[in-house]
Amino acid sequence: MSVETLFALCACALVGIGLYGLIVQPHPLRKLVAFNIMGSGVFVLFSALAKRGAAAGMAADPVPQALLITAIVVAFAATAVTVALLLRLIESTGTASLANEPPAGD
Amino acid sequence: MTTLVSGVVALLLLWLALWTVLARDAFVAVAGFVVYGLLLSLLWVRLAGIDVALTEAAIGGGLTGALLLGAVGRLRGTEAAAWSERSGAGTRAVAVLLSVGVTTVLVLCVLALPEPAPTLAPQVAQNLPATGVGNPITGVLLAFRALDTLLEAIVLVIALVGVWSLAPDRFWGGRPGPRYTADPDGVLAYLARVLPPIGIVIGLYLFWAGADHPGGKFQSATILAAMWMLVQMAGLGDAPRIDNRWVRAGIVVGPLVFVAVGLLGAWTAGAFLGYPEGLAKPMIVAIEVALLPTLVLVLALLLNGAPARSADPLPSRSADPGPARSAGR
Repeated sequence: MSVETLFALCACALVGIGLYGLIVQPHPLRKLVAFNIMGSGVFVLFSALAKRGAAAGMAADPVPQALLITAIVVAFAATAVTVALLLRLIESTGTASLANEPPAGD
Repeated sequence: MTTLVSGVVALLLLWLALWTVLARDAFVAVAGFVVYGLLLSLLWVRLAGIDVALTEAAIGGGLTGALLLGAVGRLRGTEAAAWSERSGAGTRAVAVLLSVGVTTVLVLCVLALPEPAPTLAPQVAQNLPATGVGNPITGVLLAFRALDTLLEAIVLVIALVGVWSLAPDRFWGGRPGPRYTADPDGVLAYLARVLPPIGIVIGLYLFWAGADHPGGKFQSATILAAMWMLVQMAGLGDAPRIDNRWVRAGIVVGPLVFVAVGLLGAWTAGAFLGYPEGLAKPMIVAIEVALLPTLVLVLALLLNGAPARSADPLPSRSADPGPARSAGR
């Protein structure tokens, strides 16, 4: 099996693991970490596709690689906004719970 | 041999991801995530993405890790309550099914990828000499797909505005985060005096070398921002007030110069962000130089978070109160 296929398959599993954590973990910070793992799975998959596109003397297709750099920076910015939202939520309500209000139910 | 190493890296990644997702303690999970980020950069080296690996190690592992560790410290008290709300066996079973389903669909897609793989590498190789840049990734970021990079710079500024706007009214215009204090004779303060000169040189080298070798403004900006954070955490410097005019000017200078160069291209080369013949390299350098302060400031201030300390009374404001305001006070 080639390196890129191996890592592409690994990436599929990472997305699954991240999705499981996103659903199951109750704490918003844990959901955020799980979501980052899910995102990194997408990045790894993208990167494997870049490696498959090696041509013209380049070890990998530089276009998806450049987009990946952009994606990693944007993911950090989104994580920072989420952390700030979370800290503000705790400051104003005193809890990090995402559960529905008792009367709201569902 | 190489396949063996890659296999071990892949297995370690999966194990760390599971560890991070399943760990009961949030601190353990975040520590696992930091190691996971470092291992990811190893994976990118194996996939021939040195620039991506540098970015991942600096931002994915380093900055995101620091951000999450800081958050864990402040969320300690809410963990136990959240743990009592954890999903029941039914929800977990459905989540397992859903995750396995998504993974299966992705695996089927990976196995059905077209041969030969579509690639833009020949077009990049053919047009790269026209940009005057040697590193194809820098060429893509600042010439062929410059619009993406412009939008990214704007997204970063918007994210910072978003973080700042979460400040309670009484802290608006103040300084973000806690004021760090550390033993002035301790190891941290020592490192914060010794490391920044070296870090600044390495950061600027990565910035300049990025034109022709792996590196570039993002990796460089992260290292410079990390040096600034180190100085703050050792108590040798403080985060800036967010109403500081110089800080605000530094934050918007990158996108503004980028847009100006883009408009210049529309005028001289017939397309927004087009570069006139022979002038591509100087214009790319101008954009990079303007983006560097923006990236350093935004990355560090995103890490600092929302303003949490009230602004010190400004002498100029109290000396010259508006008539309506002075009546109110």
